[in-house]
Amino acid sequence: MSNNIDPNTMSIIVTKGTLDWAYPPFIVGTTAAAMGLDVTMFFTFYGLPLLLKDLNLQISSLGNPAMKMPMMGMHMGMPNIVSAIPGIDAAASKMMKNLMSKKGVATIEELREFALEAEVRMIACQMTMDLFEYSFDEMIDGPELGGAATYVEVATQSHINLFI
Amino acid sequence: MADQLLDAKGLNCPLPILKAKKALKTVPEGGTLEILATDAGSVADFAAFCRTTGNELLEQGEEAGVYRFVLRKPA
Repeated sequence: MSNNIDPNTMSIIVTKGTLDWAYPPFIVGTTAAAMGLDVTMFFTFYGLPLLLKDLNLQISSLGNPAMKMPMMGMHMGMPNIVSAIPGIDAAASKMMKNLMSKKGVATIEELREFALEAEVRMIACQMTMDLFEYSFDEMIDGPELGGAATYVEVATQSHINLFI
Repeated sequence: MADQLLDAKGLNCPLPILKAKKALKTVPEGGTLEILATDAGSVADFAAFCRTTGNELLEQGEEAGVYRFVLRKPA
């Protein structure tokens, strides 16, 4: 293993696929790539569906007391008993997407497009594909398939390794 | 007058940086890119972007909530 690791290299393990958790890896990954870093993103477990062609990302306020939406001049959270009602996640997700669009925040689709353009290397976890029965045809063009060893090799060559 | 203008007003982090990077691709070497943004975070971010990428932050200012940056691409 080499000790001369290029400082401008980053790897990110992407493990979460809700609307809110999809942002940090894509924001940091695309920005690092824009700043000249070689970036690799490894999509595993619930992060894997972020590579699907059709995204319908949702958030849940269930068990998330930190999620408070700006409403009528204040910040409002949702009691778990309300969050658990069918349809509430969909409504909260729609609200979050509206808020994001109003505030000029990029969509995940947009950020993913930037990542592809910036030649961010994307690796889809083969084990997760098997586990959750996804096929590579359902995924966008660009990612490659790989496993833990593929990621570890990348990590040994990356100066910055993030787990999100 | 910069060689190219990027209007990133209304866009939030990290879009002004991502769009600037994209715009810089078509700016000639040694040429300049002017960026207009309303994201207050872009002040710290364009400084960091320039320090890391070797682009020079020639000018920066703010007027009526609009931040203006002029970057020079390395020759």
